[in-house]
Amino acid sequence: MKIKDIQDQIVEEFDIFDSWMDKYEYLIELGKSVPVIDDSNKIEENIIKGCQSKVWLHAEKNNGLIEFYADSDAIITKGIVSLLIRTFSNQKPEDIINASLDFIDKIGLRQHLSPNRANGLNNMIKKIKFYAIAFSKTN
Amino acid sequence: MASIFKMNVLNNIESIRKEFPILNTTVNGNKLIYLDNAATSQTPNCVIDSISNYYKNLNSNIHRGVHTLSQLATEKYEDTRKKFKTHFNAKSSSEIIFTAGTTHSINLVSSGFNEFLSKEDEIIVSQLEHHSNIVPWQMLCEKTGAKMKVIPMNNNGELDLIAFSNLLSNKTKIVFVNHVSNALGTVNNIKEIIDKSHSVGAAVLIDGAQAVPHFRVDVTELDVDFYVCSAHKFCGPTGVGILYGKKEWLDKLPAYQGGGEMIDEVTFEKTTYSDLPNKFEAGTPNIAGVIASGIALDYINEIGLENIKEYEDYLLQYATDKLLEIDGLKIFGESINKTSVISFNIKDIHPYDIGSVIDNLGIAVRTGHHCAQPIMDFFKIPGTIRVSFCFYNTTDEIDTLVNALKKASTMLS
Repeated sequence: MKIKDIQDQIVEEFDIFDSWMDKYEYLIELGKSVPVIDDSNKIEENIIKGCQSKVWLHAEKNNGLIEFYADSDAIITKGIVSLLIRTFSNQKPEDIINASLDFIDKIGLRQHLSPNRANGLNNMIKKIKFYAIAFSKTN
Repeated sequence: MASIFKMNVLNNIESIRKEFPILNTTVNGNKLIYLDNAATSQTPNCVIDSISNYYKNLNSNIHRGVHTLSQLATEKYEDTRKKFKTHFNAKSSSEIIFTAGTTHSINLVSSGFNEFLSKEDEIIVSQLEHHSNIVPWQMLCEKTGAKMKVIPMNNNGELDLIAFSNLLSNKTKIVFVNHVSNALGTVNNIKEIIDKSHSVGAAVLIDGAQAVPHFRVDVTELDVDFYVCSAHKFCGPTGVGILYGKKEWLDKLPAYQGGGEMIDEVTFEKTTYSDLPNKFEAGTPNIAGVIASGIALDYINEIGLENIKEYEDYLLQYATDKLLEIDGLKIFGESINKTSVISFNIKDIHPYDIGSVIDNLGIAVRTGHHCAQPIMDFFKIPGTIRVSFCFYNTTDEIDTLVNALKKASTMLS
């Protein structure tokens, strides 16, 4: 599925929820179900700066597609990260580099993230794009 | 029997709350419950009006104009200095310096100590400090080669003063400790720390940011060398700090910033500096903010710090009892001598998650390491949820908090 289609799917999923509590409950569920990053990749250089909780992000390239792995010690953050991973995993580096991310705003996530927390989110997205740029230069 | 001091606030709580317009705000569709007072306290109408009045009627530059407005503004500004002199029982108004905040005050003193330290010297900090009372001194150690020693704390979050005595020696040049821990609320026995430090000839700086809003501080009785605090912690505006320094120390310390106002004579060959307090107040200060800080001081004195303390102690006890009813809740910092601050975690749920959920219910708390990472390292936790009460908070708000925490805990478990 293309990045844009995945984002549309996420927006649709969140449309069902009326209240913010329900959206959070869903994020918490997502956070609990995200595949956990291998402990060997929970290293200092994989930590994303600017988050109030710890977030690790690791990526690998297989058959020309990038696979992302992540974890966080906070479950809501992990839920947000899982949405990012779902959006960008198994995509070509150039598609990730060129993708514009709109589901965050559409599901009303950003307005509920304080600037502190939004900084962390921006840094996560930046790191995903950095991985894509780095992998675009490898075979 | 309820104390008369507590009743003084309790009987007037509705009229007190009316003075704080922000308390009527709704957040995410819920009435705001503001429990982050240790970070910033809210601002009463008299302080807001003072700022507005300054810009409507007094705005001009102080200490220089011959014109009437400048003289009126200067008078108000200097009257404010006198208010703080009286409040803290300093010997002279020139021992009160206005800065941009506690961090600024600490930097002013620590940078001055650059001239007094060599690599044989030692300075002592406590494990309970806010980063703002660690980092400036670390920078000083890097410059001078002096060594930093740390007063350890126990499991209750209290400083080990026997260990402190053992750290002191004639190499110790300055000791800097907070009066009250921002992360845990512990009230430190600073009188003992000051006396012991003086016995080896060391100076003492006390960070009083978390003390001044809650009880009276007498710098002469304490015999402290430097005492610092911020106006936004006691219902004043942001961007104003108060630095008390003993005259002999302020005379000795070099000027921190160069500029207008702090000079006596300037030629391209040499500049001579003006006397205290202007030596440390280069440039145009935050005049409106300083004057409004004096109004905030008047305001808390009008309610009465004794009344405030008793009422906040009552809220602290009420909240502690209620919070401990929550399954799996653990409080960090259990000294019997505390201000109205409670730091806690629930089970192994990340504090950030709890904070995010209850923010959606309109409740403002602080989550994280509270700029005091060494304390979190001591307890081996990433952070805590911190609730901190002001005299305008109520037991109803605490009940709502407890219900919200129970809800969050169920969602996140």
